[in-house]
Amino acid sequence: MMGYEFQFILPIILISFFSTSAIVIDAIFLRNKSIGFYYSLAGLGITVISAIYSLIKANVALIPLHHSDRLITKGMLVFSGYSAFFDIIFCIAGILTILASKQYLIREYREINEYYSLLLLSIAGMMIIAHANNLLVLFIGIELMSISFYILAGFFRNNLRSVEAGLKYFLLGAFATGFLLYGMALIYGATGSIGINKAGFFMSAVGKAPLILSIGVGLLIIGLSFKVAAFPFHQWAPDVYQGAPTVVSGFMSTAGKAAALIAMVIIIRPLVPTDIDHQQLKQIYNGDTIRLIIGLISAATMMIGNITALVQKNVKRMLAYSSVAHAGYLLMGIVANNPKGWDGIAFYAVAYMFMQIGAFVVISIFERDNEFNMEISDYAGLSKTHPVIAAMMAVFMFSLTGIPPFAGFIGKYYLFASVIQSGYIWLAIVAVVASIISIYFYIGLVISMYFKEPEEKIQQADKGLSYITLGIASFALIIFGIFPSFIINLSHRCFNLFLF
Amino acid sequence: MLTDYIPLIFMVVFGFGIGVVFLLAAEALGARRRTKEKASTYESGMPPVRTARERFSVKFYMVAVLFILFDIEIVFMYPWAVQFKELGSTAFVAMILFIVLLLAGYIYVIRKGALRWD
Amino acid sequence: MHELIKFVPLFPLIGFLVLGLFGKYLKKEALIGAIGSGTVFGSFVISLLIFFDFAAAHHEKPILVPVYKWIETGVLNINISYQVDQLSILFSLIVTGVGFLIHVYSIGYMHGDRSYYRFFAYLNLFIFMMLNLVLADNLLLTFLGWEGVGLCSYLLIGFWYDRKFEGYKITWTGDAGNKAFIVNRIGDFGFIIAMFLIYNEFNSLQYTQVSNLAAEATMQYFGSGTITAITLLMFLGCTGKSAQIPLAIWLPDAMAGPTPVSALIHAATMVTAGIYLVARNSVLFALSPFSMEIVAIVGIATAFFAATIGLVQNDIKKVLAYSTVSQLGYMFAALGVGAFTAGVFHVMTHAFFKGLLFLGAGSVIHGMHEEQNIKNMGGLKSYMPVTYKTFFVATLAISGIPFFSGFFSKDEILWMAFSNGNVFLWLIGAIAAFFTAFYMFRLLKLTFHGKERFDAHHVHPHESPKVMTIPLIILALLSAIGGFLGIPYALGFWFSHQPNLLETWLHPVFSQAQAILHRTEGHQVHSIEYILMLVSVAIAITAILLAKRFYSDEKWSVPKALAGKFKPVYNLLFNKYSLDEVYYAFIGTPVFKLSQSFLWKIFDVKIIDGFVNGLADVTVSTGERIRRIQTGVAQNYALLMIGGIIIIIAWLVLSY
Repeated sequence: MMGYEFQFILPIILISFFSTSAIVIDAIFLRNKSIGFYYSLAGLGITVISAIYSLIKANVALIPLHHSDRLITKGMLVFSGYSAFFDIIFCIAGILTILASKQYLIREYREINEYYSLLLLSIAGMMIIAHANNLLVLFIGIELMSISFYILAGFFRNNLRSVEAGLKYFLLGAFATGFLLYGMALIYGATGSIGINKAGFFMSAVGKAPLILSIGVGLLIIGLSFKVAAFPFHQWAPDVYQGAPTVVSGFMSTAGKAAALIAMVIIIRPLVPTDIDHQQLKQIYNGDTIRLIIGLISAATMMIGNITALVQKNVKRMLAYSSVAHAGYLLMGIVANNPKGWDGIAFYAVAYMFMQIGAFVVISIFERDNEFNMEISDYAGLSKTHPVIAAMMAVFMFSLTGIPPFAGFIGKYYLFASVIQSGYIWLAIVAVVASIISIYFYIGLVISMYFKEPEEKIQQADKGLSYITLGIASFALIIFGIFPSFIINLSHRCFNLFLF
Repeated sequence: MLTDYIPLIFMVVFGFGIGVVFLLAAEALGARRRTKEKASTYESGMPPVRTARERFSVKFYMVAVLFILFDIEIVFMYPWAVQFKELGSTAFVAMILFIVLLLAGYIYVIRKGALRWD
Repeated sequence: MHELIKFVPLFPLIGFLVLGLFGKYLKKEALIGAIGSGTVFGSFVISLLIFFDFAAAHHEKPILVPVYKWIETGVLNINISYQVDQLSILFSLIVTGVGFLIHVYSIGYMHGDRSYYRFFAYLNLFIFMMLNLVLADNLLLTFLGWEGVGLCSYLLIGFWYDRKFEGYKITWTGDAGNKAFIVNRIGDFGFIIAMFLIYNEFNSLQYTQVSNLAAEATMQYFGSGTITAITLLMFLGCTGKSAQIPLAIWLPDAMAGPTPVSALIHAATMVTAGIYLVARNSVLFALSPFSMEIVAIVGIATAFFAATIGLVQNDIKKVLAYSTVSQLGYMFAALGVGAFTAGVFHVMTHAFFKGLLFLGAGSVIHGMHEEQNIKNMGGLKSYMPVTYKTFFVATLAISGIPFFSGFFSKDEILWMAFSNGNVFLWLIGAIAAFFTAFYMFRLLKLTFHGKERFDAHHVHPHESPKVMTIPLIILALLSAIGGFLGIPYALGFWFSHQPNLLETWLHPVFSQAQAILHRTEGHQVHSIEYILMLVSVAIAITAILLAKRFYSDEKWSVPKALAGKFKPVYNLLFNKYSLDEVYYAFIGTPVFKLSQSFLWKIFDVKIIDGFVNGLADVTVSTGERIRRIQTGVAQNYALLMIGGIIIIIAWLVLSY
């Protein structure tokens, strides 16, 4: 049993090992400024391989959790296809970010190895979230991720905006964490267990769920809504994403968001009646109210995010607002709470990772001092001065808009279809309207790049490993846009193993 | 079930009570003669000449934070040590891991010079 | 072995990607040419292997080879999947075989062009798309290929985008490309609607499923309105792609492209996609007698009218273009009378001889330094012996001289038109055949015989290089003997019970349709078949002799006198029945006028723009207002959060 369990737990062990040993390695080789870079890349590479291995294994067999007392982890962690799937997403997002970071850090600040260990630590937190089967484990994962993010956001400690971002994020994050923890406490009080699925079983056993349970779930959703930056808990996002180092913003707004979403899926899946099972729970539990609340949050988030992004002149801030809007799209999958919705979240998380990280990396190539060369007007005529980057940026923008044949379209399609399938047609209509609004500013940037004459000052682009990130991202968007079935089938199989 | 918590409540009440009692006792029994020297910050030594709102070196905070961090370690170890036999080998391995993690942090702290005073 | 079918389209795709992405950096023309033709040759070899394997195994049912799940939405599932059966193998052999020869030819023809790599990249892309079209097992993938070949056609017609090209309302080659593209869109519209209707009716887009479902419910579907609508709309698509009336007008202008393109796309392969589509959906067509009649009538009418236009044209490529339209008309006529095999047979022989004719014309144009007017040629026989001989073979083949390939296929069509259709179809077809033989020999005489009418001081005609003449020779051989694959029973019964190899080969594909049409393969000898055969041979020989007499006379006194005497008819033919002008006056101009005065200036600017701009203004001003909530002060953010939390918790409590 142990060896069997070990192959599934290995990715988490590896990422924990690499993230802590990265600190030691840094301390031992004080003089070597790039060792963190290579070490963390290697660590993520090894982790992703083990995650792929466990994904393949997970599709064949799943650890039966009802024998959990015979496991080392005592059923606190879950080893399912979807957790391995998200492990891979987080690691790839980390690899893409690290590749783009080196040159950026050297230019903007200085390359210090703590950056890479913090990034690894945040990935460790995300992976723990994806494997959580217990409210406390979930909490540890969320905090590990969030604290790393607080520091990463304020990483340019000589830059006022960055420090402000870090502090704001920390203050509001701590505030939200309080609600998260309180929600967990209430759920424990109501069900007498911190095991997520035990709570679910509890609900099917009792006649009518107590009020504190539904308030507990509500508070959990509030706390997680903060992490995904959903209205009305979204206001930190634009300030933080604008102030944080650009590559970090790209990472936080994709991997961090995906982690918070998978946490939501993990919680909502057993606690709220789905379309496919728990049908009898509808009578004894006001899960529909919770779904309606999430639906309203989702609708408000995408409208507010897109409408505010419309009036931004700064590309980084525009993307920050648009990332709020994308949180709204992703929440649709939670509202749907059916297999199609989960597929949509998984696919969109992949697509969103590539397009958002890609777009932020393009900004990072041109910006100076975390403040200059970020206006939309600075991008005028980019197609003439830097045709390759402009083309890739256009791919990211089209994909963010959701224009076929790029992957963003397929992801949106699945999310829209999932809410329609579960009867929330009004939400799909709001989402379509929000998408239409978003065309304006995404395509506006493309128009600026392709149809405006370049300004007198010529943009300087960095050379370096960032191009690998950009190349991978744009290639993946096109490939997954034309052949989406690979990811869809994979995630479908992964979530089909979502059995407890 | 709630009876399990009685010792705890008793401890809280007792601890709180002792503090209150001593404070009140000092107030009631103590003699009070106010002089200028007694009101100054340091009764013995140099008289203060500048504003008290001075910035302390970050080193003070570093040492303080690190002290708390490694102090907590001991707090975690007490219950484990008490229940050592019952918990068995799994807990032993877990504790080793915990100490190794702290050790990693310790190496980092020392190598980065956080404990170096000058 | 049939699993290898995946690689048939893969090779040209690789060629396209390599040439398209890195062609700029490949300096050597020989290397580019080798990549371009090598990939197609690879596909040809694999197609041959599959052909032999398939022929040896005697498969009755098509084999479906799935490659990739393309669209999966729960209701609609489309695979990228290829169908291996007799029809698709035959077409892929034609596409890759003739395509390979034309690629090789292009190595010489395009020598020195500044966009050498681009040309081969496009050609490879075309082969890839065409293979998808013919190998697809479902309508959607076929449609992908269908649109893809249209795109390649557009790109290649305007390949020399900065060259002038004369035509009605056309000044640049790009305009000709536009015309081809736009006219094809009308047909594609029909195709798309037909696809929707099929999906609606059969819940599938897969050929085998649709055919089986339709064939099983023959009683229900025979002559039904749905099937008639589907087939007519599909046929509209075919008239676009295969240049039939009423959408025939684009093909002659498509000659603006380089000559190998005319040979490959606008003669041998792409334009036969319409025939393929009808043949592939033979069951549906067989279920609708009305559609079959329409197909036959449109086909024979196109054959006739295009042939008459060909009589008086002077541009060597235009003559061949109208000839192509006319021959495609024959093929549709064959399909329309239910002679699917005969239609496909003519596709094959036509690919040989028309490809050869175009390549020969290209060789002439090449040797004459871009001269295309046959009135300025003459006497090229001695300068270009190989081109002349091969051209002569092709001319004999298209004219229907016995035992050349065109004789077998055209005669089969005419006989089928007579026996399964009626005597009028046969009569019009026979007259068109007379015209065909006449204009082809007119072309031959004016180009290669007689006095040299070009300016010998400036133009020095020369034979083309080997890389161009060898494909000509191979195609000439095929044009000469290719017809023996389809010997009619009437001529071959004495040595074999099944002399028509092609019919035997294609039998499984069309058996369902034949059953619906109650056709048994009549293996009796009708005396009338011999009479008709003799008549058509006599017609061809008469036409040839007539052309010879008319144009051996250096002054062309007889044709000139005829043109003078029947001036209106001559002008009508010379101006191509004024079809372009009619289209422009009745469709083009009104659409433009309507677009400009109402749709643009009133509907678009006032209504749509006004609405959209108003909406956009509202959105932007909302954005400005919402932005003010974003104060930048963390306490305010926390306040909003508290507000949200209170509302959510209150809701949960109250709804409990």
